[in-house]
Amino acid sequence: MTSPVITVEHGVVGYDGRPVLRDISLTVTAGEVVAILGANGSGKSTLIRAVLGLVPISAGSVTLFDRPLRRFRQWARIGYVPQRLGAGGGVPATVREVVASGRLARRGVLRPPGRADRSAVDAALRAVGLADRAGDPVSTLSGGQQQRTLIARALAGQPELLVLDEPTAGVDAASQEAFAGALRDFVAEGGTVLLVAHELGPLRPVISRAVVVHEGRIAHDGAVPDPAGHHAEPDHDHVHPHCYDEPAGLWSN
Amino acid sequence: MELFQYPYMQRALIGALVIGLAAPALGIYLVQRRLALIGDGVGHVALTGVGAGLLLNRSPVLVAVIAATIGAIAIEIVRARGRTSGDLALALLFYGGIAGGVLLVGLSDATSANLNAYLFGSLTTISPADLTTIGVLGAAILVTMIALRPALFAVSHDEEYARVSGLPVRTLNLLIAVATAVTVTIAMRAVGVLLISALMVVPVATAQQVTRGFRSTMAAAMALGLFAAGSGVWVAATADTAPGASVVLVAIASFLVVAVAGAVWRVVRRRTTPTAAPTPEPHEVVLS
Repeated sequence: MTSPVITVEHGVVGYDGRPVLRDISLTVTAGEVVAILGANGSGKSTLIRAVLGLVPISAGSVTLFDRPLRRFRQWARIGYVPQRLGAGGGVPATVREVVASGRLARRGVLRPPGRADRSAVDAALRAVGLADRAGDPVSTLSGGQQQRTLIARALAGQPELLVLDEPTAGVDAASQEAFAGALRDFVAEGGTVLLVAHELGPLRPVISRAVVVHEGRIAHDGAVPDPAGHHAEPDHDHVHPHCYDEPAGLWSN
Repeated sequence: MELFQYPYMQRALIGALVIGLAAPALGIYLVQRRLALIGDGVGHVALTGVGAGLLLNRSPVLVAVIAATIGAIAIEIVRARGRTSGDLALALLFYGGIAGGVLLVGLSDATSANLNAYLFGSLTTISPADLTTIGVLGAAILVTMIALRPALFAVSHDEEYARVSGLPVRTLNLLIAVATAVTVTIAMRAVGVLLISALMVVPVATAQQVTRGFRSTMAAAMALGLFAAGSGVWVAATADTAPGASVVLVAIASFLVVAVAGAVWRVVRRRTTPTAAPTPEPHEVVLS
């Protein structure tokens, strides 16, 4: 159970010559639930995008399931949950149609959907509590429900690894709870999770390890750090924007 | 109706129906990826192909398919790069295409009537060989767009997710680009280079006002395209109007009818059904 799922060694990523990740080494083993924390602009989203090959790394290496990223083809083992649903050109799509896209990694382009595909989509919709909204256009859903749709899309592919980019940002409390429940079930069945978060909220008990990214480097790797200052207050509602001139706290020591 | 006894009118009707069915089936993907006007751009490039064909005494449609395909692939490469200067590159391609077409047609022995046939369509001059080309290519577009709908939907809806799903994103994008080029060139005979986008986009815009899902939008758009093509040709035959323009105006009239009817229906429903209080999300903070 300790085989590495994700290995990043001395990863460097830059946009137009400006380095975003300077020297990142990170290993995630099977069964772990790793949260990547950090302020806006720290490079935490870039890190998972580099892991998935969505942004190229300029130095170092990324390995997924013991295969170099460049030669990795078993994408059905990975479920990706982006930050938000693209608006698209306004053509309506139902919740079920979006979630059904999650089966393509397993099924391929040419094979039409079969019974296994339909039951996996049903199960994923139930897991996030959206079974009763399956026929509704996604554009009529709240932000939190749209986020749950994206999680269902990733779950529908029955992945071994879930990679989530800020799954709880701007999501209502009910959706956060539904999401935490879906994640718990996924982990209980042996799944591995890598997620980027601004704050953990109801996810905190599920997280087994936290990695703090600060200015393109890993500043902390281990237990989930306690929130500092006003972040620690139980009713702290995380609505203010993080910025570089933030007072000294967890992310700026 | 007697007009439809003539073979050339029958060919015009069949050609229009095939294009009316195939154009929205492709157009829905273009609308979804915010490329509603790409058909226009590819059409401009196709015109250079028409000019080259007329000048070289080759089949203008065949050369136009080649030119349009090259143009569509060039546009796709610019789009995939995602550079901010992309729209300028597209503008260069569009206007270069139409200027090249006008220039080459002028150099050839063709008359301005020939140019007009491609700019605004010339359904009634479709030959049996043309009809075969339209039928075969139109059927190929239809089958591809319907059979690959899940993958094409995924790649048009969320390209990054499609990449992480391991889909052949580049191939699918090129497939859409080539399909656009082929559709533009066969539709060129029906509605003309300047009106092609209308047949790809307007039925989709009409359908999505009343549909809830992607599949239902696609089916409704194809039905609307078929209706616009059929009734447009009928209007043209009975009122002796330009067929291409008639088809497009019927499509736009359907859009307006659906838009107005939809607005009226929403108002009526709001008045007649008792307004159930919307169930709010639970509060996240306690306000004192």
